[in-house]
Amino acid sequence: MDVEEHLFRHEAGRLVAVLTRLFGIHNLALAEDVVQDAFCRALETWKFHGVPKNPSAWLMTTAKHRALDVLRREGTARKFAPELQRLLESEWTLTPVVDQVFETGALKDAQLRVMFSCLHPQLPEETQVALVLHLLCGFAIDETAAAFLKNRAAMAKRIVRAKKTLAQSKQLFDLAGAGEVVARLPAVLRALYLLFNEGYHGASAESAVRAELCEEALRLVHLLLEHPLTATPAAHALAALLNFHAARLPGRLDAEGNLILLIDQDRSCWDTGQIREGHRQLELSAAGTELTAYHVEAAIAGLHAQARCAEETDWGGIVSLYDTLMSIQPSPVVALNRAIALAQRDGPARGLEEIARIRDRQRLIQYPFLFTAVGEFELRLGRLVQARKSFQAALRLARNPTETRFLQGRLRSCGTDPSRHRRLPSGPVVGSALGRACDLPSRGYGEAIGSRAGSDRPRVE
Amino acid sequence: MREFALLYRSTREAHQEAMGSPAKAQQSMTKWRAWFKELTDKGQLKNLGQPLERVGKVVGGKKKTVTDGPFAESKDVIGGFSIIEARDLEQAAQIASGCPVLDIGGSVEVRPVMQMNL
Repeated sequence: MDVEEHLFRHEAGRLVAVLTRLFGIHNLALAEDVVQDAFCRALETWKFHGVPKNPSAWLMTTAKHRALDVLRREGTARKFAPELQRLLESEWTLTPVVDQVFETGALKDAQLRVMFSCLHPQLPEETQVALVLHLLCGFAIDETAAAFLKNRAAMAKRIVRAKKTLAQSKQLFDLAGAGEVVARLPAVLRALYLLFNEGYHGASAESAVRAELCEEALRLVHLLLEHPLTATPAAHALAALLNFHAARLPGRLDAEGNLILLIDQDRSCWDTGQIREGHRQLELSAAGTELTAYHVEAAIAGLHAQARCAEETDWGGIVSLYDTLMSIQPSPVVALNRAIALAQRDGPARGLEEIARIRDRQRLIQYPFLFTAVGEFELRLGRLVQARKSFQAALRLARNPTETRFLQGRLRSCGTDPSRHRRLPSGPVVGSALGRACDLPSRGYGEAIGSRAGSDRPRVE
Repeated sequence: MREFALLYRSTREAHQEAMGSPAKAQQSMTKWRAWFKELTDKGQLKNLGQPLERVGKVVGGKKKTVTDGPFAESKDVIGGFSIIEARDLEQAAQIASGCPVLDIGGSVEVRPVMQMNL
Protein backbone atom coordinates (compact mmCIF):
# COMPACT_ATOMS: atom_id res chain seq x y z
CA MET A 1 0.00 0.00 0.00
CA ASP A 2 1.28 3.43 -0.82
CA VAL A 3 1.30 6.53 1.30
CA GLU A 4 -1.59 8.79 0.42
CA GLU A 5 -0.53 12.17 -0.91
CA HIS A 6 -0.19 14.82 1.82
CA LEU A 7 -0.83 12.24 4.53
CA PHE A 8 1.83 13.70 6.79
CA ARG A 9 0.78 17.26 6.15
CA HIS A 10 -2.83 16.58 7.07
CA GLU A 11 -1.93 14.50 10.07
CA ALA A 12 0.55 17.10 11.30
CA GLY A 13 -2.24 19.66 11.64
CA ARG A 14 -4.49 17.26 13.53
CA LEU A 15 -1.72 15.99 15.77
CA VAL A 16 -0.36 19.42 16.68
CA ALA A 17 -3.90 20.46 17.60
CA VAL A 18 -4.68 17.50 19.82
CA LEU A 19 -1.28 17.59 21.53
CA THR A 20 -1.55 21.33 22.14
CA ARG A 21 -4.91 20.66 23.72
CA LEU A 22 -3.14 18.36 26.21
CA PHE A 23 0.12 20.20 26.72
CA GLY A 24 -1.29 23.71 26.66
CA ILE A 25 -0.73 26.47 24.13
CA HIS A 26 2.49 27.52 25.92
CA ASN A 27 3.97 24.12 25.02
CA LEU A 28 3.45 24.36 21.27
CA ALA A 29 7.09 23.45 20.64
CA LEU A 30 6.74 20.29 22.72
CA ALA A 31 3.67 19.31 20.70
CA GLU A 32 5.64 19.80 17.49
CA ASP A 33 8.50 17.65 18.84
CA VAL A 34 6.11 14.82 19.65
CA VAL A 35 4.62 15.01 16.16
CA GLN A 36 8.08 14.79 14.63
CA ASP A 37 8.88 11.86 16.84
CA ALA A 38 5.75 10.05 15.67
CA PHE A 39 6.77 10.72 12.06
CA CYS A 40 10.25 9.28 12.70
CA ARG A 41 8.75 6.09 14.13
CA ALA A 42 6.43 5.90 11.16
CA LEU A 43 9.34 6.02 8.74
CA GLU A 44 11.36 3.43 10.66
CA THR A 45 8.58 0.91 10.89
CA TRP A 46 6.52 1.52 7.75
CA LYS A 47 9.49 1.14 5.48
CA PHE A 48 10.01 -2.38 6.76
CA HIS A 49 6.51 -3.49 7.68
CA GLY A 50 4.60 -1.56 5.05
CA VAL A 51 2.11 1.25 5.47
CA PRO A 52 -0.64 0.23 7.92
CA LYS A 53 -4.26 -0.01 6.74
CA ASN A 54 -5.16 3.10 8.66
CA PRO A 55 -2.01 5.22 8.76
CA SER A 56 -3.85 8.11 10.33
CA ALA A 57 -4.96 5.99 13.30
CA TRP A 58 -1.46 4.54 13.57
CA LEU A 59 0.10 7.99 13.85
CA MET A 60 -2.57 9.07 16.31
CA THR A 61 -1.92 6.08 18.58
CA THR A 62 1.84 6.52 18.38
CA ALA A 63 1.52 10.18 19.29
CA LYS A 64 -0.82 9.29 22.13
CA HIS A 65 1.64 6.85 23.68
CA ARG A 66 4.42 9.34 23.34
CA ALA A 67 2.23 12.05 24.90
CA LEU A 68 1.49 9.78 27.86
CA ASP A 69 5.25 9.26 28.34
CA VAL A 70 5.87 12.99 28.28
CA LEU A 71 3.00 13.73 30.66
CA ARG A 72 4.25 11.14 33.15
CA ARG A 73 7.92 12.00 32.89
CA GLU A 74 7.64 15.76 32.95
CA GLY A 75 4.49 16.10 35.04
CA THR A 76 6.37 17.60 37.97
CA ALA A 77 8.70 19.86 36.04
CA ARG A 78 6.26 21.31 33.54
CA LYS A 79 2.81 22.80 33.61
CA PHE A 80 0.47 21.44 30.97
CA ALA A 81 -2.99 22.59 29.83
CA PRO A 82 -4.25 24.47 32.90
CA GLU A 83 -7.85 23.28 32.53
CA LEU A 84 -6.68 19.64 32.48
CA GLN A 85 -3.86 20.01 34.99
CA ARG A 86 -5.56 18.21 37.88
CA LEU A 87 -6.73 15.33 35.73
CA LEU A 88 -3.29 14.90 34.19
CA GLU A 89 -1.59 14.78 37.58
CA SER A 90 -3.30 11.65 38.82
CA GLU A 91 -2.48 8.27 37.34
CA TRP A 92 -6.18 7.37 37.85
CA THR A 93 -7.42 9.98 35.46
CA LEU A 94 -4.42 10.42 33.17
CA THR A 95 -5.12 7.66 30.65
CA PRO A 96 -8.90 8.18 30.43
CA VAL A 97 -8.50 11.90 29.91
CA VAL A 98 -5.85 11.43 27.23
CA ASP A 99 -8.05 8.84 25.50
CA GLN A 100 -10.91 11.29 25.55
CA VAL A 101 -8.88 14.11 24.04
CA PHE A 102 -7.84 11.81 21.18
CA GLU A 103 -11.44 10.84 20.30
CA THR A 104 -12.77 12.05 16.94
CA GLY A 105 -15.12 14.70 18.27
CA ALA A 106 -12.57 16.12 20.68
CA LEU A 107 -9.99 16.04 17.92
CA LYS A 108 -12.12 18.30 15.74
CA ASP A 109 -12.72 20.62 18.66
CA ALA A 110 -9.00 20.81 19.27
CA GLN A 111 -8.41 21.87 15.67
CA LEU A 112 -11.07 24.57 15.94
CA ARG A 113 -9.58 25.79 19.20
CA VAL A 114 -6.13 26.08 17.65
CA MET A 115 -7.66 27.82 14.63
CA PHE A 116 -9.39 30.39 16.83
CA SER A 117 -6.19 30.81 18.85
CA CYS A 118 -4.25 31.63 15.69
CA LEU A 119 -6.60 34.56 15.11
CA HIS A 120 -4.97 36.27 18.05
CA PRO A 121 -5.98 39.94 18.10
CA GLN A 122 -2.39 41.08 18.64
CA LEU A 123 -1.18 39.48 15.42
CA PRO A 124 -1.31 41.17 12.03
CA GLU A 125 -3.80 39.60 9.68
CA GLU A 126 -1.29 38.10 7.27
CA THR A 127 0.55 36.49 10.16
CA GLN A 128 -2.70 34.99 11.42
CA VAL A 129 -3.33 33.41 8.05
CA ALA A 130 0.27 32.17 7.80
CA LEU A 131 -0.02 30.64 11.24
CA VAL A 132 -3.22 28.79 10.32
CA LEU A 133 -1.45 27.39 7.26
CA HIS A 134 1.61 26.42 9.27
CA LEU A 135 -0.02 24.93 12.36
CA LEU A 136 -3.29 23.51 11.06
CA CYS A 137 -2.37 22.57 7.52
CA GLY A 138 1.14 21.29 8.25
CA PHE A 139 2.92 23.64 5.84
CA ALA A 140 6.58 23.92 6.84
CA ILE A 141 8.01 27.41 7.17
CA ASP A 142 9.58 27.36 3.70
CA GLU A 143 6.30 26.18 2.15
CA THR A 144 4.35 28.85 4.03
CA ALA A 145 6.83 31.46 2.82
CA ALA A 146 6.43 30.19 -0.75
CA ALA A 147 2.65 30.30 -0.46
CA PHE A 148 2.78 33.98 0.46
CA LEU A 149 5.72 34.73 -1.86
CA LYS A 150 7.74 35.86 1.10
CA ASN A 151 11.36 35.44 1.88
CA ARG A 152 11.96 32.33 3.98
CA ALA A 153 13.95 34.03 6.74
CA ALA A 154 11.37 36.77 7.15
CA MET A 155 8.58 34.22 7.34
CA ALA A 156 10.53 32.14 9.88
CA LYS A 157 11.02 35.19 12.07
CA ARG A 158 7.38 36.13 11.79
CA ILE A 159 6.15 32.65 12.70
CA VAL A 160 8.52 32.29 15.63
CA ARG A 161 7.35 35.63 16.98
CA ALA A 162 3.70 34.71 16.43
CA LYS A 163 4.19 31.43 18.30
CA LYS A 164 5.62 33.39 21.23
CA THR A 165 2.53 35.57 21.23
CA LEU A 166 0.33 32.47 21.26
CA ALA A 167 2.38 30.94 24.06
CA GLN A 168 1.65 33.94 26.21
CA SER A 169 -2.09 33.28 26.06
CA LYS A 170 -3.21 31.70 29.28
CA GLN A 171 -4.85 28.84 27.48
CA LEU A 172 -6.14 27.56 24.16
CA PHE A 173 -9.16 29.46 22.87
CA ASP A 174 -12.23 28.10 24.63
CA LEU A 175 -15.17 27.05 22.45
CA ALA A 176 -17.43 26.86 25.47
CA GLY A 177 -17.75 30.63 25.64
CA ALA A 178 -20.42 31.25 23.02
CA GLY A 179 -19.95 35.02 23.19
CA GLU A 180 -16.24 34.80 22.48
CA VAL A 181 -16.79 32.36 19.62
CA VAL A 182 -19.31 34.69 18.00
CA ALA A 183 -16.98 37.64 18.47
CA ARG A 184 -13.96 35.97 16.89
CA LEU A 185 -15.74 34.02 14.16
CA PRO A 186 -15.74 36.89 11.61
CA ALA A 187 -11.95 37.06 11.84
CA VAL A 188 -11.72 33.28 11.38
CA LEU A 189 -13.98 33.39 8.31
CA ARG A 190 -11.95 36.22 6.89
CA ALA A 191 -8.68 34.34 7.42
CA LEU A 192 -10.04 31.32 5.55
CA TYR A 193 -11.35 33.59 2.79
CA LEU A 194 -7.90 35.15 2.47
CA LEU A 195 -6.22 31.75 2.52
CA PHE A 196 -8.44 30.65 -0.34
CA ASN A 197 -7.83 33.90 -2.23
CA GLU A 198 -4.11 33.48 -1.84
CA GLY A 199 -4.48 30.20 -3.67
CA TYR A 200 -7.01 31.41 -6.21
CA HIS A 201 -5.70 34.84 -7.07
CA GLY A 202 -2.27 34.68 -5.50
CA ALA A 203 0.43 36.48 -7.38
CA SER A 204 1.60 33.26 -8.97
CA ALA A 205 -1.08 31.21 -10.62
CA GLU A 206 1.12 28.44 -11.88
CA SER A 207 2.37 26.33 -9.03
CA ALA A 208 0.47 23.38 -7.72
CA VAL A 209 0.67 24.87 -4.24
CA ARG A 210 -2.02 27.33 -5.24
CA ALA A 211 -4.72 24.67 -5.61
CA GLU A 212 -3.60 23.12 -2.34
CA LEU A 213 -4.23 26.38 -0.51
CA CYS A 214 -7.77 26.39 -1.86
CA GLU A 215 -8.27 22.80 -0.74
CA GLU A 216 -6.97 23.58 2.73
CA ALA A 217 -9.24 26.59 3.10
CA LEU A 218 -12.23 24.45 2.09
CA ARG A 219 -11.22 21.70 4.51
CA LEU A 220 -11.04 24.17 7.39
CA VAL A 221 -14.38 25.76 6.48
CA HIS A 222 -15.95 22.31 6.63
CA LEU A 223 -14.52 21.91 10.10
CA LEU A 224 -16.44 25.04 11.11
CA LEU A 225 -19.63 23.62 9.64
CA GLU A 226 -19.37 20.57 11.88
CA HIS A 227 -19.58 22.53 15.10
CA PRO A 228 -22.95 23.94 16.23
CA LEU A 229 -21.46 27.24 17.43
CA THR A 230 -19.46 27.90 14.27
CA ALA A 231 -21.89 26.61 11.63
CA THR A 232 -23.46 30.05 11.27
CA PRO A 233 -25.23 31.36 8.16
CA ALA A 234 -22.09 33.39 7.37
CA ALA A 235 -19.94 30.23 7.56
CA HIS A 236 -22.36 28.47 5.18
CA ALA A 237 -22.20 31.48 2.86
CA LEU A 238 -18.40 31.33 2.86
CA ALA A 239 -18.56 27.59 2.17
CA ALA A 240 -20.89 28.30 -0.77
CA LEU A 241 -18.57 30.96 -2.14
CA LEU A 242 -15.46 28.80 -1.87
CA ASN A 243 -17.21 25.80 -3.42
CA PHE A 244 -18.37 27.83 -6.42
CA HIS A 245 -14.89 29.21 -6.97
CA ALA A 246 -13.15 25.89 -6.40
CA ALA A 247 -15.52 24.30 -8.93
CA ARG A 248 -14.05 26.59 -11.57
CA LEU A 249 -10.41 25.85 -10.73
CA PRO A 250 -10.00 23.13 -13.38
CA GLY A 251 -11.03 25.57 -16.11
CA ARG A 252 -8.87 28.50 -15.11
CA LEU A 253 -5.59 27.62 -16.78
CA ASP A 254 -4.81 26.22 -20.19
CA ALA A 255 -2.21 23.53 -20.85
CA GLU A 256 0.58 26.13 -20.93
CA GLY A 257 -0.50 27.60 -17.61
CA ASN A 258 -2.05 30.70 -19.14
CA LEU A 259 -5.06 32.25 -17.50
CA ILE A 260 -8.31 31.64 -19.29
CA LEU A 261 -10.94 34.29 -18.92
CA LEU A 262 -14.02 33.35 -16.98
CA ILE A 263 -16.08 34.04 -20.07
CA ASP A 264 -13.89 31.89 -22.31
CA GLN A 265 -13.57 28.97 -19.93
CA ASP A 266 -14.70 25.55 -21.01
CA ARG A 267 -17.58 25.20 -18.60
CA SER A 268 -17.68 21.45 -19.03
CA CYS A 269 -14.47 21.31 -16.94
CA TRP A 270 -16.23 22.89 -14.00
CA ASP A 271 -16.87 20.52 -11.15
CA THR A 272 -20.64 20.05 -11.13
CA GLY A 273 -20.62 18.24 -7.79
CA GLN A 274 -18.91 21.18 -6.20
CA ILE A 275 -21.35 23.61 -7.82
CA ARG A 276 -24.23 21.59 -6.37
CA GLU A 277 -22.54 21.75 -2.98
CA GLY A 278 -22.22 25.51 -3.43
CA HIS A 279 -25.95 25.84 -4.05
CA ARG A 280 -26.71 23.61 -1.07
CA GLN A 281 -24.54 25.74 1.21
CA LEU A 282 -26.08 28.90 -0.20
CA GLU A 283 -29.52 27.61 0.79
CA LEU A 284 -28.28 26.77 4.28
CA SER A 285 -26.82 30.27 4.56
CA ALA A 286 -30.26 31.80 4.17
CA ALA A 287 -31.31 30.64 7.62
CA GLY A 288 -30.84 33.84 9.58
CA THR A 289 -31.49 37.51 9.07
CA GLU A 290 -27.84 38.39 8.71
CA LEU A 291 -26.63 39.33 5.24
CA THR A 292 -22.86 39.25 4.97
CA ALA A 293 -20.58 40.05 2.07
CA TYR A 294 -20.02 36.29 1.78
CA HIS A 295 -23.73 35.83 1.08
CA VAL A 296 -23.65 38.35 -1.73
CA GLU A 297 -20.37 37.18 -3.21
CA ALA A 298 -21.61 33.60 -3.08
CA ALA A 299 -24.80 34.61 -4.86
CA ILE A 300 -22.74 36.31 -7.58
CA ALA A 301 -20.49 33.27 -7.95
CA GLY A 302 -23.63 31.11 -8.02
CA LEU A 303 -25.05 33.08 -10.95
CA HIS A 304 -21.80 32.66 -12.87
CA ALA A 305 -21.73 28.96 -12.03
CA GLN A 306 -25.25 28.26 -13.20
CA ALA A 307 -24.95 30.01 -16.57
CA ARG A 308 -24.34 27.35 -19.23
CA CYS A 309 -22.36 29.85 -21.29
CA ALA A 310 -21.19 33.43 -20.87
CA GLU A 311 -24.03 34.80 -22.99
CA GLU A 312 -26.59 33.23 -20.68
CA THR A 313 -25.16 34.92 -17.60
CA ASP A 314 -27.72 36.94 -15.70
CA TRP A 315 -25.73 40.20 -15.84
CA GLY A 316 -28.66 42.19 -14.56
CA GLY A 317 -28.84 39.98 -11.47
CA ILE A 318 -25.10 40.31 -11.01
CA VAL A 319 -25.26 44.11 -11.23
CA SER A 320 -27.92 44.31 -8.55
CA LEU A 321 -25.93 41.96 -6.30
CA TYR A 322 -22.92 44.25 -6.71
CA ASP A 323 -25.18 47.13 -5.70
CA THR A 324 -25.97 45.26 -2.51
CA LEU A 325 -22.30 44.46 -1.96
CA MET A 326 -21.46 48.14 -2.37
CA SER A 327 -23.96 48.97 0.33
CA ILE A 328 -22.62 46.50 2.88
CA GLN A 329 -18.94 46.55 2.03
CA PRO A 330 -18.05 49.35 -0.32
CA SER A 331 -14.57 49.26 -1.82
CA PRO A 332 -13.02 50.45 -5.08
CA VAL A 333 -12.51 46.83 -6.20
CA VAL A 334 -16.18 46.03 -5.68
CA ALA A 335 -17.03 49.20 -7.59
CA LEU A 336 -14.75 48.13 -10.43
CA ASN A 337 -16.38 44.71 -10.59
CA ARG A 338 -19.76 46.39 -10.62
CA ALA A 339 -18.69 48.64 -13.50
CA ILE A 340 -17.57 45.57 -15.44
CA ALA A 341 -20.87 43.80 -14.86
CA LEU A 342 -22.67 46.95 -16.04
CA ALA A 343 -20.56 46.97 -19.19
CA GLN A 344 -21.53 43.37 -19.78
CA ARG A 345 -25.16 44.38 -19.52
CA ASP A 346 -25.19 47.80 -21.20
CA GLY A 347 -22.03 48.01 -23.26
CA PRO A 348 -18.47 49.34 -22.89
CA ALA A 349 -19.35 53.04 -22.87
CA ARG A 350 -21.39 52.49 -19.73
CA GLY A 351 -18.43 50.64 -18.20
CA LEU A 352 -16.13 53.61 -18.80
CA GLU A 353 -18.65 56.00 -17.27
CA GLU A 354 -18.97 53.87 -14.18
CA ILE A 355 -15.21 53.55 -13.78
CA ALA A 356 -14.87 57.33 -13.99
CA ARG A 357 -17.41 57.55 -11.20
CA ILE A 358 -15.62 55.21 -8.78
CA ARG A 359 -14.86 57.01 -5.57
CA ASP A 360 -11.37 56.46 -4.16
CA ARG A 361 -10.26 55.48 -7.64
CA GLN A 362 -6.71 56.51 -6.74
CA ARG A 363 -6.60 53.51 -4.42
CA LEU A 364 -6.67 51.36 -7.54
CA ILE A 365 -3.72 52.94 -9.32
CA GLN A 366 -1.40 50.07 -8.41
CA TYR A 367 -3.97 47.56 -9.52
CA PRO A 368 -3.35 46.22 -13.04
CA PHE A 369 -6.97 45.31 -13.61
CA LEU A 370 -8.27 48.86 -13.39
CA PHE A 371 -6.22 49.67 -16.51
CA THR A 372 -7.05 46.32 -18.04
CA ALA A 373 -10.75 47.08 -17.77
CA VAL A 374 -10.36 50.57 -19.20
CA GLY A 375 -8.20 49.21 -22.03
CA GLU A 376 -10.77 46.57 -22.79
CA PHE A 377 -13.65 49.05 -22.97
CA GLU A 378 -11.60 51.38 -25.18
CA LEU A 379 -10.69 48.47 -27.43
CA ARG A 380 -14.32 47.49 -27.79
CA LEU A 381 -15.17 51.06 -28.68
CA GLY A 382 -12.49 50.95 -31.36
CA ARG A 383 -10.28 53.58 -29.70
CA LEU A 384 -7.06 51.71 -30.19
CA VAL A 385 -4.62 54.42 -29.08
CA GLN A 386 -6.30 54.79 -25.71
CA ALA A 387 -6.69 51.03 -25.41
CA ARG A 388 -2.99 50.49 -26.04
CA LYS A 389 -2.07 53.14 -23.47
CA SER A 390 -4.20 51.47 -20.83
CA PHE A 391 -2.88 47.99 -21.50
CA GLN A 392 0.67 49.35 -21.32
CA ALA A 393 -0.10 50.92 -17.96
CA ALA A 394 -1.54 47.60 -16.79
CA LEU A 395 1.51 45.75 -18.07
CA ARG A 396 3.81 47.92 -15.96
CA LEU A 397 1.82 46.83 -12.90
CA ALA A 398 1.66 43.12 -13.76
CA ARG A 399 2.63 41.09 -10.72
CA ASN A 400 3.66 37.80 -12.27
CA PRO A 401 4.47 36.13 -15.59
CA THR A 402 0.91 34.92 -16.03
CA GLU A 403 -0.48 38.43 -15.86
CA THR A 404 2.33 39.71 -18.07
CA ARG A 405 1.67 37.14 -20.78
CA PHE A 406 -2.01 37.84 -20.58
CA LEU A 407 -1.60 41.61 -20.99
CA GLN A 408 0.93 41.23 -23.81
CA GLY A 409 -1.74 39.26 -25.60
CA ARG A 410 -4.24 42.07 -25.09
CA LEU A 411 -1.70 44.62 -26.38
CA ARG A 412 -1.14 42.57 -29.51
CA SER A 413 -4.85 42.48 -30.18
CA CYS A 414 -5.07 46.26 -30.32
CA GLY A 415 -1.98 46.71 -32.44
CA THR A 416 -1.92 44.52 -35.48
CA ASP A 417 -5.33 44.49 -37.03
CA PRO A 418 -7.38 47.51 -36.04
CA SER A 419 -10.12 46.87 -38.58
CA ARG A 420 -11.05 43.69 -36.76
CA HIS A 421 -12.09 45.60 -33.71
CA ARG A 422 -13.75 48.48 -35.44
CA ARG A 423 -16.30 46.08 -36.81
CA LEU A 424 -17.22 44.85 -33.37
CA PRO A 425 -20.52 46.01 -32.04
CA SER A 426 -20.33 48.34 -29.09
CA GLY A 427 -22.85 46.22 -27.28
CA PRO A 428 -22.20 43.94 -24.32
CA VAL A 429 -18.62 42.80 -23.95
CA VAL A 430 -18.21 39.09 -24.26
CA GLY A 431 -15.07 37.06 -24.53
CA SER A 432 -12.91 39.89 -23.32
CA ALA A 433 -10.27 40.46 -20.74
CA LEU A 434 -13.08 41.44 -18.47
CA GLY A 435 -13.86 37.85 -17.88
CA ARG A 436 -10.71 37.80 -15.87
CA ALA A 437 -11.77 40.91 -14.08
CA CYS A 438 -15.16 39.45 -13.33
CA ASP A 439 -13.30 36.74 -11.49
CA LEU A 440 -11.50 39.19 -9.25
CA PRO A 441 -11.44 38.97 -5.50
CA SER A 442 -13.58 41.61 -3.92
CA ARG A 443 -11.27 41.91 -1.01
CA GLY A 444 -7.69 41.04 -0.27
CA TYR A 445 -4.65 42.17 1.55
CA GLY A 446 -1.16 43.08 0.54
CA GLU A 447 -2.44 45.24 -2.29
CA ALA A 448 -2.89 48.96 -2.28
CA ILE A 449 -6.59 48.45 -2.64
CA GLY A 450 -6.91 45.74 -0.02
CA SER A 451 -9.52 46.43 2.55
CA ARG A 452 -6.83 46.48 5.19
CA ALA A 453 -5.81 49.82 3.81
CA GLY A 454 -9.22 51.05 4.79
CA SER A 455 -10.92 50.40 8.07
CA ASP A 456 -13.72 48.26 6.75
CA ARG A 457 -12.53 45.15 8.48
CA PRO A 458 -14.68 44.35 11.44
CA ARG A 459 -11.98 44.14 14.13
CA VAL A 460 -13.34 41.84 16.75
CA GLU A 461 -12.21 41.19 20.31
CA MET B 1 23.98 -15.92 -5.99
CA ARG B 2 25.05 -15.02 -2.52
CA GLU B 3 23.33 -13.33 0.38
CA PHE B 4 24.40 -10.05 1.87
CA ALA B 5 23.24 -8.16 4.91
CA LEU B 6 22.68 -4.45 4.53
CA LEU B 7 22.99 -2.56 7.80
CA TYR B 8 21.49 0.93 7.63
CA ARG B 9 23.36 3.45 9.71
CA SER B 10 22.47 7.06 10.39
CA THR B 11 22.61 9.61 13.17
CA ARG B 12 19.52 10.46 15.13
CA GLU B 13 19.83 14.09 14.04
CA ALA B 14 19.99 13.21 10.37
CA HIS B 15 17.00 10.97 10.76
CA GLN B 16 15.00 13.69 12.49
CA GLU B 17 16.04 16.16 9.83
CA ALA B 18 14.76 13.78 7.16
CA MET B 19 11.37 13.83 8.87
CA GLY B 20 11.67 17.48 9.83
CA SER B 21 8.49 18.67 8.16
CA PRO B 22 5.39 16.92 6.89
CA ALA B 23 6.53 17.44 3.31
CA LYS B 24 9.99 16.00 4.02
CA ALA B 25 8.43 13.09 5.90
CA GLN B 26 6.28 12.37 2.89
CA GLN B 27 9.32 12.46 0.60
CA SER B 28 11.46 10.23 2.81
CA MET B 29 8.71 7.69 3.11
CA THR B 30 8.10 7.68 -0.62
CA LYS B 31 11.81 7.19 -1.35
CA TRP B 32 12.18 4.23 1.00
CA ARG B 33 9.04 2.54 -0.27
CA ALA B 34 10.22 3.03 -3.85
CA TRP B 35 13.65 1.63 -3.08
CA PHE B 36 12.34 -1.54 -1.44
CA LYS B 37 9.87 -1.96 -4.25
CA GLU B 38 12.65 -1.75 -6.80
CA LEU B 39 14.68 -4.42 -4.97
CA THR B 40 11.59 -6.63 -4.75
CA ASP B 41 10.74 -6.18 -8.42
CA LYS B 42 14.28 -7.11 -9.43
CA GLY B 43 14.16 -10.18 -7.20
CA GLN B 44 17.11 -8.91 -5.18
CA LEU B 45 15.38 -8.71 -1.84
CA LYS B 46 15.76 -11.92 0.14
CA ASN B 47 14.40 -10.63 3.40
CA LEU B 48 13.06 -7.14 4.06
CA GLY B 49 14.47 -7.34 7.57
CA GLN B 50 13.48 -5.38 10.63
CA PRO B 51 13.77 -1.88 12.02
CA LEU B 52 15.67 -1.50 15.28
CA GLU B 53 14.95 0.90 18.12
CA ARG B 54 17.63 3.50 18.53
CA VAL B 55 18.03 2.84 22.22
CA GLY B 56 18.98 -0.34 24.06
CA LYS B 57 21.64 -1.77 26.32
CA VAL B 58 25.16 -3.01 25.78
CA VAL B 59 26.42 -5.95 27.78
CA GLY B 60 30.19 -6.03 27.71
CA GLY B 61 33.35 -7.56 29.03
CA LYS B 62 34.04 -10.49 31.27
CA LYS B 63 32.34 -8.60 34.04
CA LYS B 64 29.24 -8.42 31.86
CA THR B 65 28.78 -4.76 32.54
CA VAL B 66 25.45 -3.49 31.32
CA THR B 67 25.39 0.04 29.96
CA ASP B 68 22.64 2.01 28.27
CA GLY B 69 22.77 2.60 24.54
CA PRO B 70 22.97 4.31 22.14
CA PHE B 71 26.25 2.72 21.81
CA ALA B 72 29.33 4.36 23.24
CA GLU B 73 30.42 7.35 21.22
CA SER B 74 29.51 6.04 17.82
CA LYS B 75 27.26 8.60 16.21
CA ASP B 76 25.89 6.28 13.57
CA VAL B 77 23.31 3.92 14.94
CA ILE B 78 21.99 0.90 13.05
CA GLY B 79 18.38 1.70 12.35
CA GLY B 80 17.55 -1.58 10.66
CA PHE B 81 18.80 -4.31 8.36
CA SER B 82 17.76 -6.25 5.27
CA ILE B 83 19.08 -9.32 3.44
CA ILE B 84 19.63 -9.10 -0.30
CA GLU B 85 20.88 -11.44 -2.99
CA ALA B 86 23.69 -10.48 -5.34
CA ARG B 87 26.35 -12.07 -7.53
CA ASP B 88 29.22 -10.78 -5.47
CA LEU B 89 30.21 -8.11 -3.00
CA GLU B 90 30.69 -5.58 -5.78
CA GLN B 91 27.16 -5.99 -7.05
CA ALA B 92 25.81 -5.91 -3.49
CA ALA B 93 27.61 -2.62 -2.86
CA GLN B 94 26.31 -1.30 -6.12
CA ILE B 95 22.75 -2.18 -5.06
CA ALA B 96 23.33 -0.50 -1.68
CA SER B 97 24.35 2.70 -3.43
CA GLY B 98 20.68 3.37 -4.23
CA CYS B 99 19.65 3.35 -0.58
CA PRO B 100 17.84 6.53 0.61
CA VAL B 101 19.81 6.52 3.88
CA LEU B 102 22.73 7.91 1.86
CA ASP B 103 20.66 11.00 1.03
CA ILE B 104 20.69 12.03 4.68
CA GLY B 105 24.42 11.45 5.12
CA GLY B 106 24.03 7.96 6.52
CA SER B 107 25.78 4.81 5.35
CA VAL B 108 25.03 1.23 4.43
CA GLU B 109 27.31 -1.49 5.70
CA VAL B 110 27.36 -4.38 3.23
CA ARG B 111 28.37 -7.72 4.75
CA PRO B 112 28.35 -11.12 3.05
CA VAL B 113 26.31 -13.68 4.97
CA MET B 114 28.63 -16.60 5.78
CA GLN B 115 27.79 -19.81 4.03
CA MET B 116 28.10 -23.44 5.09
CA ASN B 117 29.14 -24.82 1.72
CA LEU B 118 32.37 -23.36 0.56
